[in-house]
Amino acid sequence: MNGRPYAILAEFETPAAILHAADKVRGEGFRNWDVFTPFPIHGMDRAMGIKNSKVGWFSFIGGVTGYATGMLMIWFMNTVDYPIVIGGKPMFSPFSAFPPSYELTILFGAFGALLGMLFLNRLPRLHHPLLKNARFKLASHDRFYVVIETNDPKYAEPATRKLLESLGSKHVEFVEE
Amino acid sequence: MADATPAPIMAQSAPLVVQAPPVELERQPLVANGHGIGWLSDTIAGVAEGRPQFWWKLCFAISATMMTVCFLCILYLMSTGVGVWGLGHPVMWGYAIVNFVWWIGIGHAGTLISAILFLLRQKWRTSINRAAEAMTIFAVMCAGIFPLIHIGRIWLGYWLFPIPNANGIWPQFRSPLMWDVFAVSTYFTVSVLFWYMGLIPDLAVMRDRATTKGRKFGYGLFALGWTGSNRHWSNYEKAYLILAGLSTPLVLSVHSIVSLDFSVSQLPGWHTTIFPPYFVAGAVYSGFGMVLTLLVPLRRMLKLEEIITVRHVELMCKVTLLTGSIVGYAYLMEFFIAWYGGNPYEKYLFLHNRLADPYILGPLYGIKPAPYWWAQWMMLICNVLVPQLFWFKKVRTSMIVVFILSILVNVGMWFERFVIVVVSLHRDFLPSNWSYYSPTWVDILQYLGTFGLFFTFFLLFLRYVPLIAIAEVKGVTPQADPHHPLGGAKIGGHHS
Repeated sequence: MNGRPYAILAEFETPAAILHAADKVRGEGFRNWDVFTPFPIHGMDRAMGIKNSKVGWFSFIGGVTGYATGMLMIWFMNTVDYPIVIGGKPMFSPFSAFPPSYELTILFGAFGALLGMLFLNRLPRLHHPLLKNARFKLASHDRFYVVIETNDPKYAEPATRKLLESLGSKHVEFVEE
Repeated sequence: MADATPAPIMAQSAPLVVQAPPVELERQPLVANGHGIGWLSDTIAGVAEGRPQFWWKLCFAISATMMTVCFLCILYLMSTGVGVWGLGHPVMWGYAIVNFVWWIGIGHAGTLISAILFLLRQKWRTSINRAAEAMTIFAVMCAGIFPLIHIGRIWLGYWLFPIPNANGIWPQFRSPLMWDVFAVSTYFTVSVLFWYMGLIPDLAVMRDRATTKGRKFGYGLFALGWTGSNRHWSNYEKAYLILAGLSTPLVLSVHSIVSLDFSVSQLPGWHTTIFPPYFVAGAVYSGFGMVLTLLVPLRRMLKLEEIITVRHVELMCKVTLLTGSIVGYAYLMEFFIAWYGGNPYEKYLFLHNRLADPYILGPLYGIKPAPYWWAQWMMLICNVLVPQLFWFKKVRTSMIVVFILSILVNVGMWFERFVIVVVSLHRDFLPSNWSYYSPTWVDILQYLGTFGLFFTFFLLFLRYVPLIAIAEVKGVTPQADPHHPLGGAKIGGHHS
């Protein structure tokens, strides 16, 4: 504990103001910073320079695993491990095995999407310095925040605060670790 | 030089004057009276805060009692045997399968609203999707009870799943009944995942508003540490899109597979290729009926008329009208094929067992009607005629009329399943096999008991979870649009 605050937090009141602020903060070359909003703001990813999310890959891998699991499981169970003749039909047919495999594709794909999202976001996280901040509770209500961490290489004591104030923030404060 | 490249239009002529659109073309806002995003949090979260109202306690007491009846009926069934139900030869599938198909059909509207309307960018879905998805989950829970308890030896229910057992035998995957196990369990799981993911930002809202230690802990735990970071939102929105994209083929497949339970068999009335799309349309139709039954009174009792506006109710009525018309068309097609297909058994079934009534058509054609003629006519009146009333704006905007019609929708859909299951079975190929099915008191209490289960969970949902997706409704208000003057954009921006 060196007494250094975790981050500097600036409050904005409208989506337009936070979008403009994010664009400027990104232009200044900050790295360890983020924007906190009660709902996703259209165009914010672009303003912050966030690349397309990788969640799709997790879901895709989940889906492929699900389909393969379904097909292999049914083939193994009804053909290899305990073959049963039903109405003279083939022991394994991809057509009758398709519906359960299709459902498993969706099931595993959905788990991939949710768990991939949580993994990429490093959630669940039971503690976060911002969640201890009283003012920050409004981030889920009707306010918008830019937070720049003090360990950012571009962070400088009075300059960063001045920058945030010049962007129109009426409330700037430090967030304790 | 100036002639080579045309000058911008603005430079050539006076500024264009765009006429404001006529008043009747102006769309009503999704949140009435221009309320802002803070008001939305306060209003929606406020429902799940504070003390329960009297009507809530009364409804909860009734529902919980009925839920107990549901479990007692299962206990009685387990301890005595399936003979306590009205089943017998040839009607081996009675109330249990009718109720299963009915409940699972109701669930389909929730997924349609949360997934398909999301992909179609229908922003009005945000006011109703949370409650509709909760309805889906609880309806699928009620549905899931029936196939489980109708198997007879309930304690061997795990044989339905590919779990190694002492007999060394596996499920038989060439049967649609086995596909159904996978379809329904996937449907339930994915619905829960989708619903929970939508809830995460709203649980964070509840956590940030919580005043007591218990609520802070509970909501904090389930909010998973959500902060509203835009880097998180970016992944979240992608995952939401993918889940919507996965739920869409899922919901279409679930009732298709349920319909295959019937249509793969050889029985007249079941052996029909139109069943998959017909079942899906019927499912969405009945589900919207249930959404209306739930939300029309709730929006008034919880004072949410400004978020679930008359426009929302009207739009739901229009979806009911559309899907109801598809169902009507499917009925017409069934009768047409029964006549045109030339199969004498099928023709007999549709003409004698279903359509012929003792008053008009029966005497006209000299046919003695089957004992269940009234079931067919209940279904035709409720599913073909009732939704056509939604053509009229007066009907769609009268809440009491919409409420009554929405109940008739589900009465009709219950009778549709009764007609398909029981009427098709009770008179099969050999007249000496024919018999009459009537439910016992256990059948009826079991069915009523699932309402108890459904409403108990739904009432708990109202108490503890925001019943409208707060973050999503906020996102569709003009206050949330950074290019709208209300969102802080400067006058002169391209939306002003």
